Order: sequence, then C-alpha cells, then structure tokens
Amino acid sequence: MNLQFIADGLIMGALIGLGAIGVTLTYSILRFANFAHGEFLAWGTYFTLALASGFGAMFGGSGTLGSLSFGWPVIVAGVLAALLTGILALALDRLLFAKLRDRGNAIVMVMASFGASMALRSLLEFIFTSEPAYFSRDIQMALPMAFGIRLTPDQLFLLAMTAVLVLVMERFMALSPIGRAMRAVSENPVLARIAGVDVERVIRATWMIGGALACAAGVMLGITVQIRPFMGFDLLLPLFAAAILGGIGSVPGAVLGGLIVGIAEATAVQVVGADYRAAIAFLILIAVLLVRPAGIFGVRE
Amino acid sequence: MSQAILAIDGLEAGYEPGSAIVRGISLEVKAGEIVTILGPNGAGKSTLIKAIAGLVPKFSGSVALDGEDITGSPAHVLARQGLGFVPQTENVFTSMSIADNLRLAADILPKRERAAKIDQMFALFPDLARQRQLAAGRLSGGQRQMLAVARALIASPRILMLDEASAGLSPKLVGQVFAKLAEIRHTGITILMVEQNARAALALADRAIILVEGKAAHEGKAADIASDPVIRELYLGLAPAKGTA
Repeated sequence: MNLQFIADGLIMGALIGLGAIGVTLTYSILRFANFAHGEFLAWGTYFTLALASGFGAMFGGSGTLGSLSFGWPVIVAGVLAALLTGILALALDRLLFAKLRDRGNAIVMVMASFGASMALRSLLEFIFTSEPAYFSRDIQMALPMAFGIRLTPDQLFLLAMTAVLVLVMERFMALSPIGRAMRAVSENPVLARIAGVDVERVIRATWMIGGALACAAGVMLGITVQIRPFMGFDLLLPLFAAAILGGIGSVPGAVLGGLIVGIAEATAVQVVGADYRAAIAFLILIAVLLVRPAGIFGVRE
Repeated sequence: MSQAILAIDGLEAGYEPGSAIVRGISLEVKAGEIVTILGPNGAGKSTLIKAIAGLVPKFSGSVALDGEDITGSPAHVLARQGLGFVPQTENVFTSMSIADNLRLAADILPKRERAAKIDQMFALFPDLARQRQLAAGRLSGGQRQMLAVARALIASPRILMLDEASAGLSPKLVGQVFAKLAEIRHTGITILMVEQNARAALALADRAIILVEGKAAHEGKAADIASDPVIRELYLGLAPAKGTA
C-alpha cells in the first residue's frame, strides 16, 4: 500500500493545527465561536503575497532559497503579514466584537462573525479577484523519506516551521506571564481580574496570536496548494473539528486535533475517494461530541 | 488612634440600577484590625464586599484605601492598589498548578520580587509547598481556601478581604482556616471578612458589624457583640451566651 497519503495528511494536519490554535484560544478566552477565523488565514496569505511581490519588485530578489520554491521575500513578507493579520483581527474586535461583548450576548457575536466572514471574503475577492494565485509555479522534486513516503523541500520546511511554532507557543502559554494570564482568563475571568489580570490586555494578545498563527497556516496552504479568497472559509469545519477534538483552550490539543483531522481526511481520500473528504471532519466532530465532549486534553466543567 | 486603611462612606451598591442591595453603608477598618461583617442570609454582606472589590456596581458613596479614593477602580487595578480579595467560591484556578496560581498573582509585582514572594508564601503555607506542581483542582476544600488566601496575600495587600472563608468546609477545616488567619494576623495584615460562621468570626475579630437588609444594624467590639444575648439570638442564630440566659 502506498503510504504517501500520510505525508499529505501530515502537511494538511499541521496547517489545520496552526489555524485551530487561534480558534481554540478565541473560543476559550472570548467565549464565542469566531466563524471569521478562516478569513484571517486568507487575508494573511494575501498580505504575504502582496508584500512578497512588492519586495520582489523593489529589490529584484525573486530567487529561491536552496531547494525551496520560495525565497527570502516570502519569508520576510510572511513575518510582516503575521503582524498585519494580528492587527486585522484586533481591528475587527475593536470595530465589532468589543461592542457586542459589552452587551454579553455570545449568540449575537457568533452571528456577527458570520457577517464579518462574508464581508472580509468579499473584500478579498474584490481586491484580488477569485482567480487562484501562487507563491511559485516551480515544480519541486520530492525527496524519499521512509516507507515509500516522499516529501518536497517545501513540505519539510513547513513541517519544521510548524513544530517550532507549536513548541514556542506551548512554552509561551506555560511560562510567560501573559500566557499564564490567558490560561487564567480562559478558566475564570472574574477570578483573573481579582488576581490583577488586565483582561482587555489578554484579549488583545489573543487576537494578535490567533491572527498571526492563522497567517502562518494560510501561507502554508498557499505554498503547498494555492491561494484563493475561499481558502480559509473552506477550512473552517476542519479548524473547529481540530479545536474541539483537542479540547477547547488547549494549544497542544488543537495541534494534535489538526493532525488527526488532516490524516483522517487524507486516509478517507485513499480509502473511499476524494468526494467524501469534507465529510470526514464533520464525522470526527460528531463522534468527539458524542464520546468525549471535552476533547482529548479538555477538562469537563 | 491608628489610621483607617479602608474607609467606606455612604456606599450604595447592587446588581440592577434602582434596586440597591447595599444601602448607605459607612465603615472604617483600621491598620492591623480584623473586622467581620455578620448578618442573616440576604442581608447584603457578600454584595458589600464584592462592591468594595470592584465586582458589583456602586451607585453612590465612596471607598478609600489608605486615603486614596478607589471608588471607580476596576477589580484588576484594585489588586495592584493593595486590595487582596478571596471570593467565596471558585477562588483558585483549578486547571493550574499551585505554583502557577501563585505565579499568576505575583506577576503584578516587579520581576525581581516575584520569586522571593512566592517562597515567602510557601514558607507560610508549608502544606502547599509540599505539592507545588499539583493541579489546584485536586486540592481539598480547606487546602483550596489556603491557596486562595496565599494568592491574595502574595502582592502584600494593604487589606485582605475574605468572603465567607468557612463556607462549605467541615468544622475541623473551619478551625484550620481560622487558625491560619490568626497566624497571618501576626504579620500585621488588616482583614475585613464576611462570615456566616458568627462564632468562629467573633472569636478572631476585633470588631464586628451586623448587616440587616443592606444597612449596618449594629457595630461594636467583637467580644461585646458575642456576649449580647439579643444580637446573638436575633441576627446570628446563636444560643444566648452562658450566664445570660
């Protein structure tokens, strides 16, 4: 049996996991399901594309780094775009969610996130059209790994990047004062305030981190597949499935959930055909809700 | 006479505008003093202490901490201004370790002071020090209360406020909690505590205020209130003191 599908699932799972970190943090700290989170992936990718094109035009450096299909303009643009996506998320909170949060109605916030999702996606289509775009059209030679699995240099780079980001994020949540404050607000916002935590500062950090990681996930998708205005929206169900599967509020859980969803989807393509791929995330979501509602790392309230 | 650490003047507070639960309370807590607020269920004791802690809206009146007006300060700022508060329930972060509960509270201190303060709390609460990596959710009720007090004390508050520290605890654990509070008072800390367990609170406190329907009905030395047969029977649900029946 050709095990190549596992490699494909791993790549997709890693980017779903990165995106799901933002979903799980927003859900646990702000206590609502942000359906506009997929748009942060798409906007982050287009920010990166626009900045990388700008750098290429200004400095003429569109070459590649080693065996990768992209060069330093994409890497520098990706870092700046992560910051911009964080700011976009923060702006959306200030303009929309903060006003609704004060009224304390989570359902209204969820519906507002649907509206924001449509508006952000339409704006992307208006600016960049719905034609697919690419960071590079170079064809890469896949390198043999083990058990007949082959990975391209881009895929290896992105897997390593995901591992580093997840490790940094996990340490950040465990050891930094703002990470501790985020965990505290997630569990008990009133007690967090009593303990001196500035909840507004925690909310700002949540949007910045969620936006930045969504950008990283989007760029991964853009590099390995293609860039489209709908790229984030199409991933929304897998993102939520991963966050719920891992346990709401858990960063390692979101990543593990992402890997499970990604590999399960790839396996489904292999076993029952690509037509059923989208249904797999949905089936996993239902199964988790029935068997273990708090998720793998979640704590039952 | 020593200076008032906490001074409340004509405080009205409640959850809904127009329906005050705390109705014109004025009180002072002096440096090093332990004051307890007692009264029947629904008297507004918890609402009063939560309003002081910035968790319940204040409609009128003022609150001053060590002479500084803190009436409009939000809860997280009050913690930095020197007000330590232990809520009645859900007073520890159950998913976090004992050490992380304390680290979180120490994060409002300058970086160089944090480790020493955490060590100081572990010295004061050796039971917690022995299991510092344990999730707080696995602690017993009494241990949780100790951790909650340690968390509130870590920033060296000018006043420690406790909302029914004995709630839900067995008589043995109530004894342990109050013994620890008696130990803590020797550090010179000022304490304001709301209590249902009038007997234990009056044994520890210097002064007591009896709250009835949101107003201060009686105020006096704890020993005097403890021996007043009318107050004991009417407001505290205690049998008349020996020799007064």
